Amino acid sequence: MTAFTVRDKKDTRSGFGAGLLQAGKDDPNVVALCADLTGSLKMDAFARAFPERFIQCGVAEANMMGIAAGLTIGGKVPFTGTFANFSTGRVYDQIRQSIAYSGKNVKICASHAGLTLGEDGATHQILEDIGMMRMLPGMTVIVPADHDQTKAATLAIARMNGPVYLRFGRPKWPVFIPEDVPFEIGKAQVLLEGRDVTIVACGHLVWNAIQAAERLLEQGVQAEVINMHTIKPLDVRAVLRSIGRTGCVVTCEEHNRYGGLGEAVAQVLALHAPTPQEFVAVDDRFGESGTPEELLRKYRLDVPDIEEAALKAISRK
Amino acid sequence: MPEPAVDKEKRVTQAPLENICSQVRRDIVRMTHGAKSGHPGGSLGCVEFLVALYFDVMQHDPEDWDMNGAGQDLFFLSNGHISPVWYSVLARRGYFPIEELATFRKLDSRLQGHPTTHDGLPGVRMASGSLGQGLSVAIGAALAKKLDKDERLVFSLHGDGELQEGQNWEAAMSAAAHKVDNLIATVDHNGRQIDGDVDEVMPLGDLGAKWRAFGWEVLEMNGNILQEVLDTLQKAIERTGKGKPIVILMRTEMGQGVDFMMGTHAWHGVAPDDEQCERALAQLECTLGDY
Repeated sequence: MTAFTVRDKKDTRSGFGAGLLQAGKDDPNVVALCADLTGSLKMDAFARAFPERFIQCGVAEANMMGIAAGLTIGGKVPFTGTFANFSTGRVYDQIRQSIAYSGKNVKICASHAGLTLGEDGATHQILEDIGMMRMLPGMTVIVPADHDQTKAATLAIARMNGPVYLRFGRPKWPVFIPEDVPFEIGKAQVLLEGRDVTIVACGHLVWNAIQAAERLLEQGVQAEVINMHTIKPLDVRAVLRSIGRTGCVVTCEEHNRYGGLGEAVAQVLALHAPTPQEFVAVDDRFGESGTPEELLRKYRLDVPDIEEAALKAISRK
Repeated sequence: MPEPAVDKEKRVTQAPLENICSQVRRDIVRMTHGAKSGHPGGSLGCVEFLVALYFDVMQHDPEDWDMNGAGQDLFFLSNGHISPVWYSVLARRGYFPIEELATFRKLDSRLQGHPTTHDGLPGVRMASGSLGQGLSVAIGAALAKKLDKDERLVFSLHGDGELQEGQNWEAAMSAAAHKVDNLIATVDHNGRQIDGDVDEVMPLGDLGAKWRAFGWEVLEMNGNILQEVLDTLQKAIERTGKGKPIVILMRTEMGQGVDFMMGTHAWHGVAPDDEQCERALAQLECTLGDY
């Protein structure tokens, strides 16, 4: 088993900010739009470097999505930035008609997703966004696991053509994905190999899954950990290859158990290889105020919860 | 569906605009009759405006159409339900074969009930139908032109009932803030919407004062008098590039040109039956050749 080195603790949103700045340097067509959250989204560096390519939209997310769609018509590559709630639920119809149905090359970049937003509470802790975005035909959905991967994902989506939902978060989180593991849209990363259970995770919970795997190993259980950073299109082959060895799966996500990664994996299994699956996800509830750590514990997305789910999945084989 | 070849024979770019207006009205009546659905009322009211734009005012080339439209004037239809008038004008202007108008609202057609880019119909750059989104998109396209130092203009059309959608006012605020002075938005102010008169459903108040308060240059015109439309659009173009977005409040009559469709909101989204179609066409005698 490979030991993971935690290189640093950084917020994934800063990875986005760094990636956006680099994307702006790489491609003069990259433009950025923000709805009064430039600092929170770490878009200030881009705004300072390319003021003519930064469009402040104020607290008006619906208009921001429409302007972004229009900018693509001149060949621009717009990145919108606001919190995940205001990037999706608030503007679903704008995304649906003006971006997804119209096939526009807009990159919807969403911070402060999930419970780890923390103290602001349930109004801001969206847990339904992956589901909403997954359901839109043609939408690519990416949930990177750490700061560096968020930067890599930001650069990757700048180079692809088509609408993307990029979801990241607020808290400082371990930077641990080995630097020699390349990020490729739609290609899952097997971070740990194992034969007893497959743990498929995305976002912040990939680190929790790694820790759970280490605790499982102490009990003689070899867990395979897959970082499913791209929820759509899902790397079906990676799932099937892994469960072919392990025979059971746990999915982990900072999202409602409905609509997210877990259901995406369940559909693959139902179609190709019915397999016991356990879901580490929020149990169809809204969140609340608290620290990220407290919330992950209370809503059962913590390391022991993944460990327990893995043992349960194994018992169902 | 394979893309049909453009029928160059039937292009009618040379006919007098009044005659084109009559033909477009015939197309609207026949398309909605053929589909047994669609929105003839608002379509008939906007005929002069769209004919003036596409056959006189805008600098554009159907032969050279692509999505980005660099070096060309762009048009966005925000009130997508009046697709019949837009489809007719696009076809008559040579964007796609006139015969294709017969497929309106039919299975596998590129002429969907509401406009879409989904099926690659030339001339359409954005899906519309869910109201209130077109002004934002037009602003984005106008900003892209500014970034590219492209001096061509962006035109857009919106319903008056549509202005009840809040996104329009977000967009209006942002266009003034960003000095989007290469945009000419027009509001089809026919005073009617699905449930009745706009003043009864949700009054818009003093629209001119509202737009001015949002920082726009406001012009007004009667949208059913062709020369007035041409003159006002020219006046609007002369006022571009002066730091302010421009809006034209265009008074029209829903159902214009077909007597029994005028003076009521009843024909917002109702198609004429066989007898009504005949009566309507009898009032629109001038034809350049039906599809």
